Amino acid sequence: MNAHTPLSPAAATGTPIMAVEGVVKRFGGFTALNNVTTSFEAGRLTSIIGPNGAGKSTFFNVLSGQFPPSVGKVFFNGVDITGTPQHRLAHMGIAKSFQITNLFPKLSVHENVRIAAQALQARFDLWRPRAGLKLDETVEALLLRVGLQDRRHESVDTLAHGQQRCLEIAVALACEPKVLLLDEPTAGMSPEEAKDMMDLILKLNAERTVILVEHRMKLVMGISDRIVVLHHGTLLAEGTADDIRRHEEVRRVYLGQSV
Amino acid sequence: MASETSAARGATGSAGGLKGLVALVTRHRVLCALVVLALLPFLTPYEALAVNILIFGLYAMGFNLIFGYAGMLSFGHAALFGLGAYGCGVPIAKFGVPWFLALPMGIAIAGLASVVIGWFAIRSRGIYFAMITLALSQVVYYTTYQWVSLTGGEDGLRGVNVPAIDIFGLHFDMLNPTTKYYVLFVFAAVAIALFSRILNSPFGAVLEALRENEKRAMACGYDIARTRWLAFILSGLFSGFAGALYAIHLSVVPIETLNYFNSAEVLMITLLGGMGTFFGAFIGAYVYIMLQDVVTVVTVHWQLVIGTLFVVLILFFPRGIWGSFLKWVRA
Repeated sequence: MNAHTPLSPAAATGTPIMAVEGVVKRFGGFTALNNVTTSFEAGRLTSIIGPNGAGKSTFFNVLSGQFPPSVGKVFFNGVDITGTPQHRLAHMGIAKSFQITNLFPKLSVHENVRIAAQALQARFDLWRPRAGLKLDETVEALLLRVGLQDRRHESVDTLAHGQQRCLEIAVALACEPKVLLLDEPTAGMSPEEAKDMMDLILKLNAERTVILVEHRMKLVMGISDRIVVLHHGTLLAEGTADDIRRHEEVRRVYLGQSV
Repeated sequence: MASETSAARGATGSAGGLKGLVALVTRHRVLCALVVLALLPFLTPYEALAVNILIFGLYAMGFNLIFGYAGMLSFGHAALFGLGAYGCGVPIAKFGVPWFLALPMGIAIAGLASVVIGWFAIRSRGIYFAMITLALSQVVYYTTYQWVSLTGGEDGLRGVNVPAIDIFGLHFDMLNPTTKYYVLFVFAAVAIALFSRILNSPFGAVLEALRENEKRAMACGYDIARTRWLAFILSGLFSGFAGALYAIHLSVVPIETLNYFNSAEVLMITLLGGMGTFFGAFIGAYVYIMLQDVVTVVTVHWQLVIGTLFVVLILFFPRGIWGSFLKWVRA
């Protein structure tokens, strides 16, 4: 367990950095999320887990503004952000990585991060040469962070899967987020790669709030400050890893797996 | 653009040869384009053809911004080109406005039209975007067609006479084809330099990001709708500029400038030259117009030839002439 000290002033006053209130999400007649209410403290690493079809991805998409909830509200630092367009969320300080690698495939590794970093400075600038923005240092620091500094000139589609996942993180970090939302950051990774990714996430958590969705429960048990368990679209349990391990319902849901 | 800049980087380290030459040309793309265009009257059988290539190259350049760089297929650019032509031609022919005021008026009217058409069209994607732009351009076509008192209707607008251009104490006789070409060349040069500047700007990078992955661009903090809108407006301004020059060049504005066939033509020129490449628009215009000139001497069925050309392009040659050449050089 990591004992993090809260970083944001909001945390000190007790306002959670993100919160959802009575969130319901329906797709046609199917209810993917049913009345979920929870909050996330600043500086903490929270993992959202649950078996297949638990509503994890739907929850992630509601949290990250991919689509608004059918009912309920999403808050960021106490401000209602329900239905706020995604590009605005990025500027407020909420960044996300996608479950399926989602990059600019034909551009170089460097350019992928550079474009992401540019969003903070110049979005409709038609006049200055783009090289004049002096983003190289920022980009290099981010590439170093995720260990891709030697691949900077390569095109994204030539990278190995694990490296693309790392680049996803660098791109998400480029907008200097206060909250980093990660959708199954280890999807498709080997156990070794997944371990490295978790180490990286832990390091990133030292500077910002991290909320991640993970299918493989074991991966997150050791590193999370708090775990939220979803099942059939409802919130089944939340608490520390120990709380979750002891939780009867969770044990039943994850039948046969060592929790 | 992205591939062009990465080629420039790759070639600096490697041995020269063709690769190095292409990198050099890419780095000094405005200069190279202008040198070739300055020699264009010597590469065509007669000057009027060179003027057409220049204007349609400019038009395709504007179209390429939205189609090749931002990845949106507009099928209504005839409206923007045509309104640029009428917007410049009507003040000259009907109100005796001098050319140096009429030219910006043409650009402004095309810009205004692209603000409106773009506002509707950016809400849709793919084939729907193409259909909406087509539908709105047809509205412009029929409005112009019906408004005979102002536009001349079916006969086109006559009397767009700019016999001479006096600028900075210099007198240019526009009735001399060579002089006319070089006057229009100077206007085009300004547009080409501006265009290159936009491609190289941070906004140019956003356009690439948009084309590559809209979802990711949005998550990075880019307002997709406004980016698409601005790209459409810029594209419209360049197309309108080409149209305005066309009115001055022809002294008339045929109603055909607004016809959907003109939208298809610019698409073919862009595809022929290479979508999303800087030189593609002018190479496409050169080959297309030269081909048209040759074929129409032999047969009246020019459209049959175009149709065949279009199919062949899509099936076997999607990168176009310059795009295929770049790929071949870098392979």
